[in-house]
Amino acid sequence: MKIIVCVKTNMDLQMVRIKNREPVLEAIPYKVGDLEKNALEAAIQIKESVADVTVVALTVAEANGKIRETMKEALAIGADEAVIVVDPALAATDQAAVAAVIAKAVQKVGGADLLLFGEGSTDNYSGQVGSRVAELLGLPQIGYARKVEATGSGVRAERSMDDMVETLEAPFPAAVTVVSEINEPRIPSLMNIMKAGKKPVTELTLADLGLEQAEAAPQKAVLSNLAEEQDRKHIMLDGDAAAQAAGLVDALIKEGVLGR
Amino acid sequence: MAEILIYSDKPEAARELAFKGRQFAAELGLGLSAAALGPGAEGSAAELAAFGADTIYVSEDVALEGLHPDVVADALAQIAVQAGATHVLISSSRRGKELAGRLAQKLGAGALSDVNAMAVKEGALIGGRYALGGNTVAEERIETAVKVFAVMPKTFEIGEPTAGAGNVVKPALALTPSAVKVVERRAREGQAVNLDAAPRIVGVGRGFGKREDLDLANALAGALEAEVGCTKSLADFEWLPEERIIGLSGAKTKPDFYIALGISGQIQHTVGISQSKLIAAVNKDKEAPIFQLADYGIVGDLFQVVPALVERLKSL
Repeated sequence: MKIIVCVKTNMDLQMVRIKNREPVLEAIPYKVGDLEKNALEAAIQIKESVADVTVVALTVAEANGKIRETMKEALAIGADEAVIVVDPALAATDQAAVAAVIAKAVQKVGGADLLLFGEGSTDNYSGQVGSRVAELLGLPQIGYARKVEATGSGVRAERSMDDMVETLEAPFPAAVTVVSEINEPRIPSLMNIMKAGKKPVTELTLADLGLEQAEAAPQKAVLSNLAEEQDRKHIMLDGDAAAQAAGLVDALIKEGVLGR
Repeated sequence: MAEILIYSDKPEAARELAFKGRQFAAELGLGLSAAALGPGAEGSAAELAAFGADTIYVSEDVALEGLHPDVVADALAQIAVQAGATHVLISSSRRGKELAGRLAQKLGAGALSDVNAMAVKEGALIGGRYALGGNTVAEERIETAVKVFAVMPKTFEIGEPTAGAGNVVKPALALTPSAVKVVERRAREGQAVNLDAAPRIVGVGRGFGKREDLDLANALAGALEAEVGCTKSLADFEWLPEERIIGLSGAKTKPDFYIALGISGQIQHTVGISQSKLIAAVNKDKEAPIFQLADYGIVGDLFQVVPALVERLKSL
């Protein structure tokens, strides 16, 4: 059984600073996305529960020179090999193009029984790519899984959808996206970090997949991208706890929150 | 005539999309169509007409049972083509988001999900959404001929609706049942909470060292007649259910009053509170970023401040 985990690497968002409402994005390191770590952990737990499972971590990235290093994290968590589609044209792209690249790459490496994704990426959170890839490859899909297990001929997943809890089954090949509640991703041991450097990594370009560079172009124009403006009073309440509490309650009465 | 097509499996969201879709349709010179899909769909046609739909495409095809995204996307794509839809508006609930990618892919459309603001600018419908993990708000324009917008529930206030022509069409759809099988489907346990609509919210974070300490927050919520919401980490610890998460992966709240207890103020949480009318924060660290967002700040130990607040409120 082969599982391909689709991994987005994104900027460490804790490091983003805002200057004059503009995000400052220079020199921010990339890392494997949080939800993708959950997807990797889910794949490895399946590998530990069923015989003969191979886990491939697949990513799509611009040629930033550091992607191999970033993907070592996925290998250290437990993927058996990595496939990296790397191309300068991927510097400016969007979900449709990334999905097209992933679908071609999955076919190029011989397909998979199970495709795993995070429910969305830590940075953009659009949640489109898993569904788009499932459509492109004609796969049944189960989104937002909080439990996943292999049943032999397919996958069984539990998910919480708005007001319902569902248990669903899909036959292989299938696509599943996971939420963060599904597991606690393991922290790689030093041994596994050392081993990660020796695991096979395949690099592919758009041309290797039969795609033109123009096919990576986004379908959307970003008109503006600014931090929200907040107009707050910033009144600090001093004194001991009783005085602070009294100050806040007085303020709430004055503001009309209380006693209307 | 080109159309805006709206769809949601939830009647409340469908009304909101129809009401607002009617306004956008008028601004763009388009008609408004709605889709009602699945068992019992025909029953919602009259309401969709009352909220603005000129044409309602109804299908109760058995393949739609379970509303699996592959089949719903197939149905909506066929209806969109038949209706000549240029804009498809769906709900950005989990089910809607799952549908958005699949539908957009079928239609060769660009798509925006988690849209929390929309407006017509220079003849185009523009969508706003959080980007960079909530650090920024991006305004985006979809450049493909057909555009898919998945809109967060309760983005728009519903006013007095303008009724549409209300023609009901039962399109002949070619649908195949999904390969996904429902083993079990049940209503969620626990008390339903709607933080999006709560007028007062007590927010709790990692400053609470253990689950039992949340009694303090519950006492304050009782005294304030407020709901309790939390940061994602407290739901990950299973101290509180996931529907109480506020932030990027949870509710985007708009209360009259929000008080943050033991919350540092990471952006993943604060995107869900920034629309609050008034914000107070209690944190022992005077450098905590939450104070940047606070109208009233208390630097102190929440285990002392919160009981003092409860006592003071009870004395009123």
